[in-house]
Amino acid sequence: MITMGIDLGAKFIKVVILKDNKIIAKSNVLAGFEVDKSAQKAVDNALKDAGITKDNLDKVISTGAGEKLAPFYDETKSVVGCDSLGAVYLHPAARSVIDVGAEEGRGMRCDETGKILDFEVNEKCAAGAGAFTEAMSRALEVKLEDLGDLSLKATEDIPMNAQCTVFAESEVVTMVHNNVSKANMAKAVHDAMASRITSMVRKIGFNKDVVLVGGVANNIGFVGSLNKDLGLKVVVPKEPEFVGALGAALAAAGWIGGK
Amino acid sequence: MEQEAKYPTEKLKCWQKAKDIRMKFYQDYVEAHDKGGLRWAGGAWTFDAIPAGLGDDVYPITSEPYSATIAFDKKLSLECMEATEVKGYPRDLCSYMRNYWGSIITDKFAFGYKDGEFVPRFQGAKPIGFPKPDFIWQDHICCSHAKWYQVVSDLEGGIPMYTVDNAVGPSHELTDSKIKYVVEQLKDGIKFLEKTTKRDYDDELLYKAIRNHFVSTSKWAEACALNKAIPAPLDEKSIYSLYVLGTLQKAGKQVADFYEKDLLPEVQDRVKRGIAAVPNESFRVMSDTQPPWSFLSIFRYLEKFGCVSIGSLYTFGLIGQWEVKKDGTWGAKTIPNMEFSSRDQALYEYVKYELHKPEWQHFYSCHFKSDLMIRIAKEWKLSGVMLHYNRGCEGLTVGIAENRLALLDAGFPVMAFEGNNADEREFDEARTKAKINAFMETLGAK
Ligand code: SF4
Repeated sequence: MITMGIDLGAKFIKVVILKDNKIIAKSNVLAGFEVDKSAQKAVDNALKDAGITKDNLDKVISTGAGEKLAPFYDETKSVVGCDSLGAVYLHPAARSVIDVGAEEGRGMRCDETGKILDFEVNEKCAAGAGAFTEAMSRALEVKLEDLGDLSLKATEDIPMNAQCTVFAESEVVTMVHNNVSKANMAKAVHDAMASRITSMVRKIGFNKDVVLVGGVANNIGFVGSLNKDLGLKVVVPKEPEFVGALGAALAAAGWIGGK
Repeated sequence: MEQEAKYPTEKLKCWQKAKDIRMKFYQDYVEAHDKGGLRWAGGAWTFDAIPAGLGDDVYPITSEPYSATIAFDKKLSLECMEATEVKGYPRDLCSYMRNYWGSIITDKFAFGYKDGEFVPRFQGAKPIGFPKPDFIWQDHICCSHAKWYQVVSDLEGGIPMYTVDNAVGPSHELTDSKIKYVVEQLKDGIKFLEKTTKRDYDDELLYKAIRNHFVSTSKWAEACALNKAIPAPLDEKSIYSLYVLGTLQKAGKQVADFYEKDLLPEVQDRVKRGIAAVPNESFRVMSDTQPPWSFLSIFRYLEKFGCVSIGSLYTFGLIGQWEVKKDGTWGAKTIPNMEFSSRDQALYEYVKYELHKPEWQHFYSCHFKSDLMIRIAKEWKLSGVMLHYNRGCEGLTVGIAENRLALLDAGFPVMAFEGNNADEREFDEARTKAKINAFMETLGAK
């Protein structure tokens, strides 16, 4: 059985193709302004990578903020549902999943099958999502991909009080004027974001097997801050940004964990 | 995902009558002076049977439903919000209150006339200004209540105002002295009304109004209790249009009659015939606090999953009065069976009855509200709960995070969404629908 999962996130469109529940292709395309065209490109790239055509697909599930903009799909499924399925597939012990994407942070608890038991979304606030690190890297004049490594060089814990991206940006400006090092500021940014995510996750509760997914999971500095806040070591799968699309493809195949 | 119909459904026959009563309420207020009558303003929870003793030509406007009406009119609401902010009032105050103040500041009333017909402004009514009340008659249990009208009085150049402090503690700790504390305030209030309006007070009219109050609040609860039936005869979006009458004038005869003689028999009949509000009902949830009024569509959105929102402690208990019945279940409060022979006695019975209002209990402890919510979740056979973390109403939202935990502990899945009852700038429809999608999945609806 060949299935496709399409995850139309706020910033990137991720596609995963499975054959008998094994990944045979994937693609990742910047969503941009013309999301429908980008989605088409992401799907085409994945099909090409798999060496198949649309007609070979048995079922397609679309997820994410732009799920309805996928070029074709049979069903939609919630992001939290896809995330938990993908996380349980990659790490069968996972019962708590945190997804930090470009625009939203989400926390969920699931059972061994990957079914959601409870979830929470960080609403209407970029301070708990990738957009926050983006804005802060701009303010610090540091490349986004360098922010994580930079924060590991921090020598001090500087509290960042602002819970809003706009105010946090002005707080960064104040720190610059106070000659705080960029490394310490980068850490302050990650700590602030981790504390936002942690308070959301604490609302629903978590156990020791926490899987962190979504693009921000690639940020080593944020992962460190989150581990410290949660008091454990989160599991970060390889290519964590694909877990939602993987979960969608697994759902299309009717896969459930614990079997 | 689109579920098939399992039950027959039909529109509510009394729907138009409910709408007519509501429109007449606002029209009467606007035209009161033309008929030589009086206008007064106060909250939906105020002891509205008291001003009724001034005569049959005394017409109220209640603040919360009026503000919800503005919220429904997105353009007007934004104007009101912005006008209030320009005056320096912060955005985190009660959003109903801000809409109401904005309507006075901009002097734009939410209703008016179109070709001689009284209609809402958003239906093309010729604009009219906010008709100034002759006096303010308010109660105080939420910290915004008295302040709300203090500002109204100031904005209008000093309207005489009387406020009753009814925050005397939870109903299970009610004592004779607490009841008398409120009664004495009402007695002083009657003197204030006589002095302000220069009218003599008629106790017979007071007795009638208190009786109407008993009937409205008890019969509304009885109709809501019928929603325990599967399929539910009423859905929450309809309930919003029906409970509102009690928030307008619970001591009014037209409201008591409507609940007793129109709504209740019709809902009883629907239950008997198995008429569903949502024909594909498979899942039942309840909500809490005021909804985001300009996005009631989220309740219709639930239907595509076969999910009916059966109401809430808010819609059941904001106006409705309840009691625990002999079999241990929650049902409509028994209407006191007595003749009134004196003002003191009537006021005592009125206050004693009213201080049991379910929606007043959480002001004393979130645990009282949790208990009531769990009771509803069990007796109304719910699959889950949708909680509105309502940034626009501190009064009803206080303790809601505790309620969530209690409901989860009791085994009910809970989805919380953030929003605002009357400030649509704080509601994200797309995100809320995405959350609903995920929640429906957890309930097994997808
Ligand atoms: S209870 Fe809510 S709506 Fe009523 S006055 Fe208080 S804050 Fe405003």
